[in-house]
Amino acid sequence: MRAGRGGDPAATVPEAEFRSYYGQPVLKPPVWHEPHMPVYLYLGGLSGASSVVAAVARFSGHDRLALAARMTAFAGAGLGSGFLIAELGRPERFLNMLRVFKVTSPMSVGSWTLAVHGGLTAAGAASAVTGLLPLAGDAAVMASALTGPVMATYTGVLLADTAVPAWHAARREMPFLFAGSALASAGAAGMLTTPRAEAAPARVAAALGAVMETTAAAIIERRLGLEGEPYLRGRAGLLMKASRALTLGGGLLATVAGRSRTLTAMSGLAITAGALCTRFGMLAAGKASALDPKYTVVPQRDRAAGRRLAVVPDQEGGSDTP
Amino acid sequence: MAERMGFFTDSSVCIGCKACEVACKEWNGVPDDGFVFRATSYDNTGQLGADTWRHVAFIEQDDRWLMSSDVCKHCTHAACLDVCPTGALFRTEFDTVVVQADICNGCGYCVPACPYGVIDRRERDGRAWKCTMCYDRQLGGLEPACAKACPTDSIQFGPLDELRARAEARLERLHADGVAEARLYGDSPGDGVGGTGAFFLLLDEPEIYGLPPDPVVTTRDLPEMWWWAGGAAVTLVGAVAACFLGSRR
Repeated sequence: MRAGRGGDPAATVPEAEFRSYYGQPVLKPPVWHEPHMPVYLYLGGLSGASSVVAAVARFSGHDRLALAARMTAFAGAGLGSGFLIAELGRPERFLNMLRVFKVTSPMSVGSWTLAVHGGLTAAGAASAVTGLLPLAGDAAVMASALTGPVMATYTGVLLADTAVPAWHAARREMPFLFAGSALASAGAAGMLTTPRAEAAPARVAAALGAVMETTAAAIIERRLGLEGEPYLRGRAGLLMKASRALTLGGGLLATVAGRSRTLTAMSGLAITAGALCTRFGMLAAGKASALDPKYTVVPQRDRAAGRRLAVVPDQEGGSDTP
Repeated sequence: MAERMGFFTDSSVCIGCKACEVACKEWNGVPDDGFVFRATSYDNTGQLGADTWRHVAFIEQDDRWLMSSDVCKHCTHAACLDVCPTGALFRTEFDTVVVQADICNGCGYCVPACPYGVIDRRERDGRAWKCTMCYDRQLGGLEPACAKACPTDSIQFGPLDELRARAEARLERLHADGVAEARLYGDSPGDGVGGTGAFFLLLDEPEIYGLPPDPVVTTRDLPEMWWWAGGAAVTLVGAVAACFLGSRR
């Protein structure tokens, strides 16, 4: 039975019929480890969005928030680079990432972006800490507002540009999911590191980011049908549910967090935990999606069947097989 | 560039002897892939991986046994090569796809990119490995070890154009003999990976052998993905700017 798949995940959908080689996966699951990869994805997004916050805050005279965001952007990029290098099978060869530049490789684009972004945020932070070259420091922060949005979104392309069905099928929403989560994370970090009286824009960022992330995740779960199933099941399903509860709860709290230190802490920590759950959930869903041959075979069979239906009426002899 | 070289694996004459697996391991110095008793069929190798560059699938059906030796497809549009950030994966003068072990830093990105689940990271070594179509032997004018060792010529090596013509003739012959289920897999330049350098004659649907029925190179959609990311990046900047509206100091 192939009808009725997709749509409401709660509906009792008949299991898709398919054949396989003893139920073994067709694909290799992503080899990336926990916590390295998901934590890097979080820190990279945090750093990217924070650098934009730092630049706009500096422009608009929110100096205390600008300083906090500037330091967060540097810390995120620095720590994130550490996690990324530790994830490599041969960490001592991390500089090989900068041997070539390839737009066909989101990993290459990301490595170069991280290298430039890391340098800029380090310069900005160094200037702020030492008080030296303030103009150069500000210029670095402004420049990092250009690399930051790439940092916060390329990770969506990184995951989607694979054969993993749950990731590739979510290629439209994925960059928005990561951008929203990064914005929420940066807002949360801003709330936690800036006096409440000066953190109003950070609270708005936290709430806005939470809405964006939750919306993107909801669209993924609804639009994808069978390929989106791994986001709803098993460990990935639990993580994605936890992420939604924490992110939405934290985002709601952010709107009233200006009232007390406790509310601020609760909101900021909930959003941060939610952003981490999202990253761990995405990796878990990707692995589950690659390991079950159903998600590879059934959509490909459907695609091939659809193409045959579309082709046959136009061809006299029906010679659709090569 | 020299002529494009390839493999034609004719599963209709495969006897499941696994000489290809052994020859590949011996020539290429590929480590053991574990001594696992899988309890499914006469196949304890399981699948292609970092330590398995030829894998003989063994399928027991009611009235017949199917055997086929799987290998890296050496795609025309190779996702592993496209996404490799170091340039470790490259296309040789024989139009095959090879990993340079002295460049690979083990980022692992090629692994989920492959639509056939071929390339994998060897965890105790940290790098990605797969079939090279015996690049070293080809440079010396020799055929790859698996093809050399195959006792029934199920694995044929040669210029891809020649192999395709030979495969067409073989398919016609099988159809004429009443083997209606025989089909070629990976021979069409019009498929999702632009055709494969290693293609197959199968006697059942590809997924029975653990092969994807309609693989597509993931990077085909990459331009679209970059546009969506661009939209998300612009949205992010706009959203941050909006956060500061109404709180100008």
